[in-house]
Amino acid sequence: MSNTVLTIANLHAELRAGRKTGPGILRNVSLTVHQGEMHGLVGESGAGKSMIARAILGILPRSILISDGSIDCLGRQMVGLADSDRRKILGRDISLIPQDPLTALNPARRIGAQMTDVMRLHLGWSRARAHDAALALLNEVHIRDAEAVLRRYPHELSGGMRQRVLIATAFACEPKLIIADEPTTALDVTVQKQILRLLREMQNRHGTAILLVTHDLGVVAKMCRSLSVIHSGMIVEQGEVSDIVTRPEHAFTRALFAATPRYDRPADALSPVPGEVVRELEEKAATFDRARAGLS
Amino acid sequence: MAEPAQQHRLSAGLARRLMGDWRVVVGGSIFAVLAILAIGASLIAAIDPLEQDLLLELLPPAWVDGAEPGMLLGTDSLGRDVFSRLVHGSRIALAVAVVAGVLTATLGTVLGLVAGYFGGLADSVISRLVDIWTSFPPVLLAIILVALLGTGLHSVIIAIVVIDWTRFCRVVRAEVMQQRRMDYVDSAVTIGLGRIAILFREILPNILPLVIVLLTLEMGIAVIVEAILSFVGLSLSSDTPTWGGMIAEGRQVIHQAWWVMSFPLLMVVVTVLGFNLLGDGLRATLDPTLRR
Ligand SMILES: Nc1ncnc2c1ncn2[C@@H]1O[C@H](COP(=O)(O)OP(=O)(O)OP(=O)(O)O)[C@@H](O)[C@H]1O
Ligand SMILES: [Mg+2]
Repeated sequence: MSNTVLTIANLHAELRAGRKTGPGILRNVSLTVHQGEMHGLVGESGAGKSMIARAILGILPRSILISDGSIDCLGRQMVGLADSDRRKILGRDISLIPQDPLTALNPARRIGAQMTDVMRLHLGWSRARAHDAALALLNEVHIRDAEAVLRRYPHELSGGMRQRVLIATAFACEPKLIIADEPTTALDVTVQKQILRLLREMQNRHGTAILLVTHDLGVVAKMCRSLSVIHSGMIVEQGEVSDIVTRPEHAFTRALFAATPRYDRPADALSPVPGEVVRELEEKAATFDRARAGLS
Repeated sequence: MAEPAQQHRLSAGLARRLMGDWRVVVGGSIFAVLAILAIGASLIAAIDPLEQDLLLELLPPAWVDGAEPGMLLGTDSLGRDVFSRLVHGSRIALAVAVVAGVLTATLGTVLGLVAGYFGGLADSVISRLVDIWTSFPPVLLAIILVALLGTGLHSVIIAIVVIDWTRFCRVVRAEVMQQRRMDYVDSAVTIGLGRIAILFREILPNILPLVIVLLTLEMGIAVIVEAILSFVGLSLSSDTPTWGGMIAEGRQVIHQAWWVMSFPLLMVVVTVLGFNLLGDGLRATLDPTLRR
């Protein structure tokens, strides 16, 4: 408790259609993020990475329900938390860096208004004070001419700039945990590296714990100390990055490594995750679903 | 200082686009002229619009033989100055257009926001209400309402608001249902903003251009409704000059004096045309900003 900021234990989430329980979206997910660390959450598209992020924040789609398990964030139980209590935590203790910085910003409001909202709301700051803080934050994320940027609308900034703005905003209230859901997927390759570097720089300066969601094991290997590998809503491997990189326990992680592009290898050396590994995991997933169907 | 320049360039961009649309320019000019007439009525038309002079009855406009100097558009059957009555009538027309328009827009928009954003019971109730409302013929509803409320400007305004809020409600509801699925709404939730704050501070700015367009069209409708109700004698007493009232009076002397009815009719037509042009022009220029 003392040095963990996030503890997810045996989390199950299911797709609900009417009264019927559909297939599992998350199956027995457990993971822990310690104070000030960057934890990588890796998996293929559709594995359920965003669902974990959304479950923590309480913004799951209406059709998806948490059926079991707990999410403890800074000593508070996030599952079933009342909206009014959740609102006090979101933005102040936990914040989000979203995947697509264009759509995540409101097209009809100036950057300044959007950046200052969170500080005025949680810290009770005046417009002027929040404005000054926003300027300082923009300087921190290396945006020049910050005063002008605050007056612009999102579509007037480049993708990289928008993501810098969102990173700055995520740190505004000095949260204990930041969830970064594929923060670079929507960006150019050259910009991706800069943004990742910036993220680590900000994390070092503020000592914030970050749950870094990505499908790129290479990124996790560079950025994180610990990681969880997810497939079909199940955590298939978990531990220290140094251990897993040198000797992955699970065939899926090995295959994922083989499928990770590396600059020192030609592109045709990439290999997809083998079918039998995936089939083995699908069977395991089906077993989970059957067990839960029997329970309910 | 770079930043005010930046802001200036932004608004200059929008201004240039608005000025580049002839409908906005023509419609806006008509609205501006009308506003000047309404505000400066007693300066522009020095003759008292109520002053009767039976010796001067049914005088023709200035460019026709037998006109009296100073009476630009002639006089009506009671010898009152038509130009002065037109100018003072624009006060009523504009007041009704603005007040009824804004009130209608506010009521309809708020209900549309609530229905579209909260869904569920609120949406069912509001949507059902809209369905029932729109199944009544509006002109009939207006006449019944004013008959119940009694004549007068406030009844005219109430009637317009009560009848036309559904125009705004429908469009706004549909738009909000689209907007609330956008990523930026999720972002607002994750910084801890409440639902009301999200609705009014995040979503409303995105549908405001749409509301402005509808409001412009609504002002045109309000002018017509006021004219119709004045025409049938359900608006203001005949003391106050209104375009609808002038049309009704002019109709009785149309064979002797065409000008008494024609000028107010022309004012109504031009005004409504102006509001419609402005609305269409704004729709074309503001929509790209809305959708980016
Ligand atoms: N609104 C929804 N309703 C029902 N199922 C959904 C919904 N959104 C996603 N899913 C399902 O939930 C599963 C997990 O999706 P999730 O978005 O978490 O994947 P992800 O790991 O984030 O993938 P990506 O890398 O593409 O973002 C997927 O199988 C997807 O089909
Ligand atoms: Mg995702």
